[in-house]
Amino acid sequence: MSGPSTGWEIVVGLEVHCELQTKTKLFCACPNAFGDEPNTNVCPVCLGLPGSLPVLNEQAVELAMRIGAALHCEVRSSSFHRKNYFYPDMPKDYQISQYDQPINVGGYLELPDGSRVGIVRAHIEEDTGKTSHRGESGRIHSADYALVDYNRSGVPLVEIVTEPDIRSAAQARAFVAELRGVLVAAEASDARMEEGSLRIDANVSVRAEGTEQLGTRCEIKNLNSLRSLGLAIEHEAARQVAVIDAGGRVVQETRHWDEQGGRTVPLRSKEEAFDYRYFPEPDLVPLDPDADWKARAAAGVGMLPAERRARLAALVGSPTSQQTDQLQAAVDQGLDDLVVAAVEAGAPAGLALVRAVNELAVDLVAARALDPGSFAALLQLEESGALSPTQAKTVLATLRDAGGGDPGAIARSKGFEALAEATLEGVVRDVVDAHPDEWARYLAGDDKLAGFFTGQVMKATSGKANGKAVAGALRRLRG
Amino acid sequence: MSEQSATLGREDVAHVASLARLALTDEELDRFTVQLARVIDHARDVAALDVAEVEPTSHPVPMRNVLRPDVVGECLGRHEVLAAAPECEDGRFKVPRVIGEAP
Amino acid sequence: MSAREIARAVRAGERSARGVVEESLAAIAERDGEVHAFLLVTGDEARSAADAIDAAVADGRDPGPLAGVPVALKDNLCTKGIPTTCASRILEGWRPPYDATVVTRLRRAGAVVVGKTNLDEFAMGSSTENSCAGPTRHPADPSRVPGGSSGGSAAAVAAGFVPLALGSDTGGSVRQPAALCGTVGVKPTYGAVSRYGLVAFASSLDQIGPLAASVEDAALLLEVIAGHDPLDSTSIAQAAPEVTASLDVGVAGLRVGVCDELVEGTAPDVVARVQQAADALVDAGAHVTRVSVPEMRYGLSAYYLIAPAEASSNLARYDGVRYGLRVPASDVAAMNVATRTAGFGPEVKRRIMLGTYALSAGYYDAYYAKAQRVRTLLIEAFSRAYEQVDVLLGATAPTTAFPIGERVDDPMAMYMSDVCTIPSNLAGHPAISVPFGTGDDGLPVGVQVLAPALEEARMFQAAAAIERAAPAPGSGTK
Ligand SMILES: [Mg+2]
Ligand SMILES: [Zn+2]
Repeated sequence: MSGPSTGWEIVVGLEVHCELQTKTKLFCACPNAFGDEPNTNVCPVCLGLPGSLPVLNEQAVELAMRIGAALHCEVRSSSFHRKNYFYPDMPKDYQISQYDQPINVGGYLELPDGSRVGIVRAHIEEDTGKTSHRGESGRIHSADYALVDYNRSGVPLVEIVTEPDIRSAAQARAFVAELRGVLVAAEASDARMEEGSLRIDANVSVRAEGTEQLGTRCEIKNLNSLRSLGLAIEHEAARQVAVIDAGGRVVQETRHWDEQGGRTVPLRSKEEAFDYRYFPEPDLVPLDPDADWKARAAAGVGMLPAERRARLAALVGSPTSQQTDQLQAAVDQGLDDLVVAAVEAGAPAGLALVRAVNELAVDLVAARALDPGSFAALLQLEESGALSPTQAKTVLATLRDAGGGDPGAIARSKGFEALAEATLEGVVRDVVDAHPDEWARYLAGDDKLAGFFTGQVMKATSGKANGKAVAGALRRLRG
Repeated sequence: MSEQSATLGREDVAHVASLARLALTDEELDRFTVQLARVIDHARDVAALDVAEVEPTSHPVPMRNVLRPDVVGECLGRHEVLAAAPECEDGRFKVPRVIGEAP
Repeated sequence: MSAREIARAVRAGERSARGVVEESLAAIAERDGEVHAFLLVTGDEARSAADAIDAAVADGRDPGPLAGVPVALKDNLCTKGIPTTCASRILEGWRPPYDATVVTRLRRAGAVVVGKTNLDEFAMGSSTENSCAGPTRHPADPSRVPGGSSGGSAAAVAAGFVPLALGSDTGGSVRQPAALCGTVGVKPTYGAVSRYGLVAFASSLDQIGPLAASVEDAALLLEVIAGHDPLDSTSIAQAAPEVTASLDVGVAGLRVGVCDELVEGTAPDVVARVQQAADALVDAGAHVTRVSVPEMRYGLSAYYLIAPAEASSNLARYDGVRYGLRVPASDVAAMNVATRTAGFGPEVKRRIMLGTYALSAGYYDAYYAKAQRVRTLLIEAFSRAYEQVDVLLGATAPTTAFPIGERVDDPMAMYMSDVCTIPSNLAGHPAISVPFGTGDDGLPVGVQVLAPALEEARMFQAAAAIERAAPAPGSGTK
């Protein structure tokens, strides 16, 4: 099953919870760490013990402001509210969150395809502890009991809320991928979905193509991979279309993505209506960062993925669509700095991009550490024809594993002497003489046979011949 | 129910009791309704004020930007944490099964 | 013996801290069965703390300004390893893993904690009858209440068990029992004393305050507990006010306003005492006038919207998951309900429901939000009054101590007990209750001095003068 049938438009807004990479929690000095023994990173504050009080972490505010700056938000004076509801992993039975005065409002994120997704707000709040359901099946509804670990309780989060600007599952995935790049660039979060440091809720609705009014939306909770995000949106949209096609109405509700079943299912809703009884958190005072602090936070945002792509695109000139994909891949894989440095050292941009994305990406850690000068020197040898592509790839693998080196010396040690032009002419002639029928057909205009002859020459030279040089020799023989 | 307030009735009390996770007997519900209605009636003087132009006070002495450096401090020992727990297992707090997910 | 005198004698090596503490423990053992000021007496801890003070003195180390002074703590102040119950079944058996900041400061100052005192459950009440452990009785008349919610602390001082005690004051809970028991009680400026480790009732109103037999001892205690604490975001970034220095300054030229709203509606014998105190201030050289702060009339309503609202949120955490009582049930929500229903008493339930109502969708703007705006009106009205006068004077409580049981079934009548004390909490201003003779029934009357935020020194100046002029105990009003 893919998206809804033609004639329908998907409308998606996302709520992304991202854990900030501070040293300590939002309101106490406990370590903000993942994977420690349960209930070891806790204190009276994050356990919500009677009498304890929150004190706001300066660095969490700074990282939140960086996110705001990176998303082109207005960074404002803000305050905290209490959101009251009972849940065992929330030690105070209220969450401290920003409500009517969030720190960041009104930004956008531009995706690689040029589309823009509006950002309503990006506010600071605290994370909850973690409930594990125990029992026969391990699933929530049939669990016998639950166990709670509060290590995550009070970890700083920024919740990013988008406008309902997203129109497809693919665009939703692209948004999250781009957002991850932004968060990492801002050094605000490690943005690892698999560790739960990036968690996504999707608000999905459908409407007849060409209509303006938004349909009734359903919220799909806790999508923990890009794959689930895309599949859940597609399935949910198709479900809603089916409901409407059958003459029914979509009911606004919260749903859960059932990975095994490949469908969204309604969450069992509590009978009590949600009434969070928000009110200003009396234990905290307003937050009013001055212009200096805002500027410092904005300056802390590293180069964003969009800037990185633009930088590569400028090096390449006017990128083909294939090159557009390659430069995005280079940025996603963190290889763009290497490409830029190699080009600065004299490498041809297009070739640097291809070799980075195709050959170096097999070992990203080693690739990111590769000496750009060696990489550039190798690419120059390949460009000049002194090394064939096959030879160049072999040398590059050695360079990558060694972190650098002299590509010429490596080529020689592997016996990759470039063939002299006269020698090559001789080999080509021998091959032509050995295949008179093919040669006749080639002369008659069957250009496909150029590939056959090139292959034969490569075989005869054990791959040492340069493809371009072979083609030139063939053309000259044909006259 | 002659004393029942126009502003707060039995259903309201039942509703807030459920929001607050309290169970009331019928007799308690009657009694609390009368008592709470009296307080709410008394608060009508405040509810009737036109103070839309007045800023609310949440902190009598105005302060802003009270912050803490991001420096790790001491945590509680786990035995200390779990010593208070009504029930625990595997270093975690044990609770009866949870119906419904967090909102 | 006053706290000042005890500390002096202990520091000078004239008396042992152990001896002082034994006397305090003996007095408690002898009479607290009747008064029931204490929920817990920590004799062993007190003895070893006293011995440590004596050792420090013997070694020539500074034992602190309150060396060897026995203090009682209201049982909503967290004490590490020592049960802290808030007089609630729901916290039965809970031992905090940490000390409240005020407790840390007391220990550092050489004070010796002798026990935890009774209170209205979670400090909600004005009579100390709402305690899961039963009421505290007035030391001078066991058929009467000591006031509340810090009734145990006030009674402990009034009965002579300890020279100093700490209470908490959200709507008058230090000053009103101080007045009823005939002790001094102080509510400092909001933010002057750290709330870290005070089990929250209404966070934007709560302040910890001293109870003492004299204004001087109260001042001494305030200097020890006040001052900035980085663990409380609402703690004012200032050092403790130097209030002891202002005790002997006198009131010559001080402008005192007898506040209509703090006199109207109080019993005639109480009014008479306030007038007598005003006259005494005139005699001491103060300019006394009458002033009105009409917005105080909204105080009670605003308070009974704000305080329960904050309480409903602060008390949500008592859910049976992490500490305290748990009443088992088949699922976690049912367990929450069973635990809270069994663990909280009726007054706490009333306020939780009232606060939940005031915050719930559809009512927030009409109630909680409006009440917070009324606080602004009240603060502005106070500012206008303080353009004319330096301090305000009035009654602390509308009546003397009332009989046990008289108001328990009529919450609104009970709430009226705080009508004179609530305005200072809403405004965040300091106020002090000073004993001033007795009422027609022979029970103590307190008069209250109010001052602008952070003007504790001025307030103590007036309080000391009132104390000097106070009639001897037992002298009538007529
Ligand atoms: Mg949120
Ligand atoms: Zn913590």
